[in-house]
This record gives sequence, C-alpha cells and structure tokens, in this order.
Amino acid sequence: MNILTNPSRLRGFEKHIKIENVSRRSILKTLGLAGGFVLAAPVMIRPSFAYETGAGKMPHGVVVDPRVFVSIAPDGIVTIIAHRSEMGTGVRTSLPLIVAEELEADWSRVRVQQAHGDEVKFGNQDTDGSRSTRHYLIPMRQIGASARTMLEQAAAKRWGVPAGEVKAVNHEVVHSASGRKLGFGELAADAAKESVPSVEGLKLKNPKDFRYLGKGEIGIVDLHDITTGAAHYGGDVRLPGMKYAVIARPPVTGGKLVSFDPADTLKVSGVEKVMEVKGWPWPSKFQPLGGVAVIARNTGAAIKGCNALKVTWDDGANAKYDSVAYRAELEAAARKPGLIVRKEGDVEAALKSADRVIVGEYYLPHFAHASMEPPVAVANVKGDKAEVWAPVQSPGGTREDVAKTLGIPEENVTVNVTLLGGGFGRKSKCDFALEAALLSKELGVPVKVQWTREDDVRHDFLHTVSVERIEAGLDKSGKVIAWRHRSVAPSIASTFAAGTVHQAPFELGMGLIDNPFEIANLQCENPEAAAHTRIGWFRSVSNIPRAFAVQSMVAEIAQATNRDPKDMLLELIGSPRIVNLSSVKDPWNYGEPYDSYPIDTARLRKVVELVADKGGWGRSVPKGHGLGIAVHRSFVSYIATIVEVAVDDKGKLTVPRVDTAIDCGTYVNPERIQSQIEGAAIMGLSLAKHGEVTFKDGKVQQGNFDDYPVIRIDESPAVTNVYIVPPASPDTPPSGVGEPGVPPFAPALINAIFAATGKRIRAMPIGKQLEA
Amino acid sequence: MVKLKINGQEQNWDGDPDLPLLWFIRDEIGLTGTKFGCGQALCGSCTVIIDKQAVRACITSVSDAAGREVTTIEGLHPTGDHPVQKAWRQVNVPQCGYCQAGQIMQAAALLTDNPKPSHDQIREAMSGNICRCGCYQRIENAVHLASTGV
Repeated sequence: MNILTNPSRLRGFEKHIKIENVSRRSILKTLGLAGGFVLAAPVMIRPSFAYETGAGKMPHGVVVDPRVFVSIAPDGIVTIIAHRSEMGTGVRTSLPLIVAEELEADWSRVRVQQAHGDEVKFGNQDTDGSRSTRHYLIPMRQIGASARTMLEQAAAKRWGVPAGEVKAVNHEVVHSASGRKLGFGELAADAAKESVPSVEGLKLKNPKDFRYLGKGEIGIVDLHDITTGAAHYGGDVRLPGMKYAVIARPPVTGGKLVSFDPADTLKVSGVEKVMEVKGWPWPSKFQPLGGVAVIARNTGAAIKGCNALKVTWDDGANAKYDSVAYRAELEAAARKPGLIVRKEGDVEAALKSADRVIVGEYYLPHFAHASMEPPVAVANVKGDKAEVWAPVQSPGGTREDVAKTLGIPEENVTVNVTLLGGGFGRKSKCDFALEAALLSKELGVPVKVQWTREDDVRHDFLHTVSVERIEAGLDKSGKVIAWRHRSVAPSIASTFAAGTVHQAPFELGMGLIDNPFEIANLQCENPEAAAHTRIGWFRSVSNIPRAFAVQSMVAEIAQATNRDPKDMLLELIGSPRIVNLSSVKDPWNYGEPYDSYPIDTARLRKVVELVADKGGWGRSVPKGHGLGIAVHRSFVSYIATIVEVAVDDKGKLTVPRVDTAIDCGTYVNPERIQSQIEGAAIMGLSLAKHGEVTFKDGKVQQGNFDDYPVIRIDESPAVTNVYIVPPASPDTPPSGVGEPGVPPFAPALINAIFAATGKRIRAMPIGKQLEA
Repeated sequence: MVKLKINGQEQNWDGDPDLPLLWFIRDEIGLTGTKFGCGQALCGSCTVIIDKQAVRACITSVSDAAGREVTTIEGLHPTGDHPVQKAWRQVNVPQCGYCQAGQIMQAAALLTDNPKPSHDQIREAMSGNICRCGCYQRIENAVHLASTGV
C-alpha cells in the first residue's frame, strides 16, 4: 500500500515521510465496509456553518449517524457513545453532552458508554492534537438533532399530526396544540423505524436556547467513581486466569537482547516463567522494543523477579548517545545556515544593515510524559481472535497494530478503552498493548503488562531536545527589521523513518513557520539533527521550545531597547490582520483549513490585552517579585499568560500568581477549560523548573520522581486565574484547549524571573541556575 | 501465614511476606481503587490508611500490616460520602482522576489528625501526593472545604 493513497493519521505526519506501509488506512475501504447511513466528512461543507474543519481528512473521517451514537431504552434512559478517550480533559462528558443538548435529552437520564476501537463504525478516534471539540462540535450536534428529529417524526405519526407541529422538549415530545406528550422512552421503538434525516435538512437549536453548552454546570460523568475508587483504568482490568508480566527492555534505544539468565528470577516467590519478548528493529515505530518478560501471579512478584534478572544486551547504534555532547552538536548546527522553511524579504541584508543585532540561543532538553498511570495493558488472545483492554489515545490505531502484530484480521481484534490515568501524548503509542498481545498469544492465557515508573521514564517516546537560535536586527530607532529563527531538533518522524534529519511540517508549523510577527525580513531555518532515541508527541509538542525562544527573545529585545515587554510584544505582533503564509510550502495549520482557522493577529492582541488588564500588568510587586508575559497561538487557539514569581535571596523560586487568557472560539464546557489551563500552568512549571531527561552511554540517567521531579502541591502556583474570551459569534470555529495552555507558561515564567532578578534563563530546566 | 484486616474484612496471605501491600490489595484481593504510580513512595498514588496513618502501600510489605487494620479508598465511607469525597466532587477536583484515591486518603488522614489545617499545613501534608494533571489548586480548596463542612 502506497503512502500517497492513504490519509495521514494521528497528527498528520506520515504523509510527509517517504516510506511505505506506515499509514495503513483508507477512506474508501471505510465506506465500502460501513453499513447504513454513514457520512464520512461531507458534514463540513454544510452551508449553514460558517467554517470547515480538518475532521474529514483524519483517518476514517467523521461518522454522523444517530443509530451509531444514540440508543434509547423503553424506560427513557438515553445512552450516548463517547468515541474519544478520556485522559482528563473531560471529553467523555463533553462530546455526549453536545449530543444531549441537541437531542433535548435530560442529562440526568443520559448514560455514557465508551466506544471500543472501531473507526469504520465511529469515525476517527485518535484523541490527540487538541482536536475533539473542534472536530466534533458540529457532527455531535447533528447526531443529536438527527435523533431528535426521528423522535419527533415518530410522535407526529402516532398522533396523526404534521411533524412541524410537534417539538422535543426536555426528554419528551410535545404537541402543544392538543397538549399531548410522549416520553422519549415511549417513542424509542417507533423512532428507530424512522428513516435517518439528511444532514442538510436538519434543524439545529438556536445557541441562545442551549441548556448545557457553554455553561460549565455539568460535572464529568466519572466524578463520583473517581472519588470512590470505582473508576476503571488500564491496570484495573482483571480476567480469570490472568498472569502478570513485567518486562526488562533494552536500556539503549535500538539495542537487542543477547542472552539472559533466569535462575535468580525463578527463585522469587510467585514468579512462574521467564521468556523473551519480540522486539522490532530501530526505528521501531509503535512496535515493542523487545526484551525479557517475567510472568508471575501478581505484579509485585513480577517486579521483584525482573529486578533479579541477569541480562546481556547488545546496545546497538545509539550506544554513544550523550546529552552533553549532543547539545554541543545542536548548538553548532544552529550557528550555521540550515534548510530555509520560510522566507519573507531579505533577512541577510537586513541583519547586515541593522544598527544592532540581538542574539538569543535557547536550549530545551528531552522530557518524559510521566503520566501518573504508567503504561499498562491487558490482552486475551485465543487462536485468531484478540481482545485488549488498554488506556490508549488511539483505539483505532491500536486495533490495526494488534492485528498486524499478531497477523490476524482487524475484524478479529476488540480494543476496549479504559479511562486513561493521564496521556499527554504517550498513550497515542500502543507499544505496551502490543507487548500484552504478544505475551498472551504465546502463553495462551490473559496477560497484563505493567510498566514500572522506571520503565516509563527510560523507554518513553520522549519530547524532542532542541536548540532554538534567534537573531533579531534592529534599526536605529529600535524597530525590529530582521528576524532569523533557526530550530534544530530531532524529529518525531525519526521514530518512523530511518535517516530523518529534518523536522516534519507538523513540527515546523508549531511556532516556527507560523510566526505571527509583522517583520519585513523574516526567515526560518531548520538545520539537520539526527535522533538517537524514540521521539514522540508531548502535550503541545514543538510549541514548547518555540514559545520559550520567541517569547523570551521579545523580552530580551524589550530589555535591550528599554521598552515595556507587553508593549514590545504588541508592537511585534503588529497590526490586526490575517497573517499571510503564502510563502510557506506547507503551513500545516494543525490540519485545519486556513480560511476557517487563519492566524488572526487581532485575536492574538486581544488575549494579550485581556490578560494584561485582568492580570494587572504593570502593578507594583514586592521586592524579589517580578512579572513576565508571553503569548502563543497553538492548536489554532490563542493564549496569553502572565506569571508572577518570587525569588528569595537563596534563589528559591515560588509562583504567587498566574493569569491566563484563552480564546478557543466556541466552547462547550468552560469549567473544564479552566481546569485544563490550571493544569497547564503546573505542567509548564514542571518542565521549566525540573524537567530533564538526559542520556549517557545511550542510557537514560533518570528513572523515577526522585531524579525526574515534577511539581508538587507545595511548589505549585498559589492561584491560577483563567479568563475565557467569549466567542465572537456562534459560528466562531471551536479550537484546541488540552494543549495550548502549556507553551506560553515557561517563557512568561522565565521573563518574570528576569524581571525579579535580572537573570536571563536560556536553558531549561531552571534547576539550580538561580542559586548561583 | 500473614493475617490482616482490609476494610473490616479478615484476609490471609501465605505467599511472599515481603510482597508490597499494594499488590496484595490490587492483584490478590482485587481492590483496584488503590493505584500504582512509582513503587518508591515518591508519588502517593497508592496511599491507604493503616490505623489512622496515611501509608504508602507500595513500600509497605504485607507482613508490615500483619494484625493491623487497613482502609482503602473503597472502605473510606460506605456510600462514598466522606466529607473529603464530597468536597472533591463539589470542587470538581479531578482531571484524569488516577491519583485522586491516594490524594483523598491522604487528605482524610490529615483531617483525622488535624481537623482545621492551615493553608501551609494542607500544602505540606499533601506534598507527597503527585498529580501530573495539576489539580493542586482544587485539591487545596477541597481539603479546606472538607475541613470547614461540606
């Protein structure tokens, strides 16, 4: 199967990688197999909506069929399918809530059921890229409206009145002329016999009549179960006869097993077997790394047995990976010209003619996702059938990969999606589920594979490591006339294609080539960098190093020219306009059509002004305190943050206050948006203050929360205030929420530290830099 | 043979006495509300209460709990209405929810020991429990709410 004939999947990277058999999915195949009333994608061209989204271009597109997503029992209980994975954003509640809104269902009589992995049936299920609400707000409304229409038609027939005279209101259909009413449950059987209305003819509710959307008054459906321990995550699945496995994997990425001695392991009480796990050659995509599995009657015995294992590894091609040396390589590359990926004007000439040139070089190390639930999966393989239970962000992709790995038809694979104990991009890669499937196949019993925290940190698909170098040329008046940004980082594409040295458009499009500044001479370059470990998506991805560099540079220029950093930022953003990206070959734009989701500097300016106003920019702060500001557009949302820091005379850093303004277009649940932004501040503080995974002799040097610390409550900001920009109109396209809170946090923090101390941090993490 | 009580029920274990209590609770008894996060008492996801004390079950062996009374999240309150649980729901604390059982058990133990903790006392007592989603502001608010009446 040729890559060109297949749509991209996950974050749209594969179409840019010149290898075969990576992308395995075909929209045509989907339509051929799907029965009933299934629409793939055309919902986006409905004239009544002012915007299109990229949903239809995702693998398997969008399915708008009430019979797939909604069922109504005779007792009136409405069950709505959640086809995306819940990892803390609230999506398992918010998507069904959209359906319930249009359906006129009473939320207290709605139950949410998690979809298994089946994209032919449900459409795309990849829960990543901050896409769920932006791709599904309209389709879910259509599904709800469609089911409501069927109930109304059934009631009208029952009463022998025109359908136009009846109306669904709060879980019943009413005929106001005669005062008759029928509950949804009473109508369910008849409604199911009605034909599904065409999407074009659907009447959607007027947003002013919304009961749930945009209100933030509905708690997440799992709230009670989470507080009582009844909520089920990947590791909570228990099957009769299930064995517990822990795996020793090659300590160097791409390494191989040479031999192992199981004698001491087999002496551990509870250990039953020690066996090899198949690994795939580097670059191994999402396939398992291989190694030695310890099979036991419980996880504790498997961990103890694994620790007792004696293994000899062949470390392979990445055995010399060393973070100190690699940083020097990246810096050297950043100081030389690289592949030009955006060119406006003549940056060379402008830098030469500049009155002064300010140079900033910013380093961001690898970091690990470290979701609280380490990777874990259960598989039960019997003959040519497999059932998997796993906390995966990509149920459809997991199903494909399990089928391919076991050599069985995809139809024979069931992937049950549990709650995810955090995801952050790690659980878009299903290697842990494939390990469970391979072991269950060999052992003939259900197997749970549990990763330890050390496994998680040492065998992650890490956030890339990067050097971002920016040269800004100023004229005599202090105006920025030239901007050259070189970004050097190993690409996520390297995990799929050997020899990758350039970043993919989806990485370049995250804060590099989409720079919104109004500067006549602007050039972006991407010098080469080869990867020596698995690189993957981490919440907000390349936006983290880019926002860090660009927003730090703005403050550096402000300082050099004696300007207020916020004023400097607004000056660089420039006039309210749609940024012209016609010079960029592939602007990516998060997979969204530029017409619907352009870079709108008026919106960018507005979040800066809003946060400055609400956050009290310019207010006087106590000695040792400082304010920093940063703004960044990512996942087609606009976010600005002000951080207040306090640094004491020993260099101890605390964060008394954070203010963030977000413009994410039309939104569903402002209460969950607030929680995502609160959390993004914590994650941003974690990566800025502590986050660093380093390599020596090819091996990760960290392993657990002692040497890979993350922010705890006693270091967390005292308060994070969130301001959500109301959508300009009900036709304002929804945009991302899960990720975009992260990128502006670290530069706002770094700028605040400068304001407080005069120390400019150019390398993350901050670590002990303030103590010197 | 180790004998202990978990949520009021007698349990026996004749396997490895050094087995961490966490895995006995989860894999052998089947109470999965108590979570695995680090295995080194660094994150608090596995927090249970033993004789009124918050304890990390991942480094406590089954034999350490011999003859003692262990309470897990499932046993904190028969209907899930302990003041801390109620406060957690009122403040909408969780995001992914994975660490929350440990957080709730830690908070319940704190309030048993100190019914009216200050801002700093809450932060100190809860600092052993990591939440990677970053629900800390709400955790602090919920503990405060639970201490003042829900």
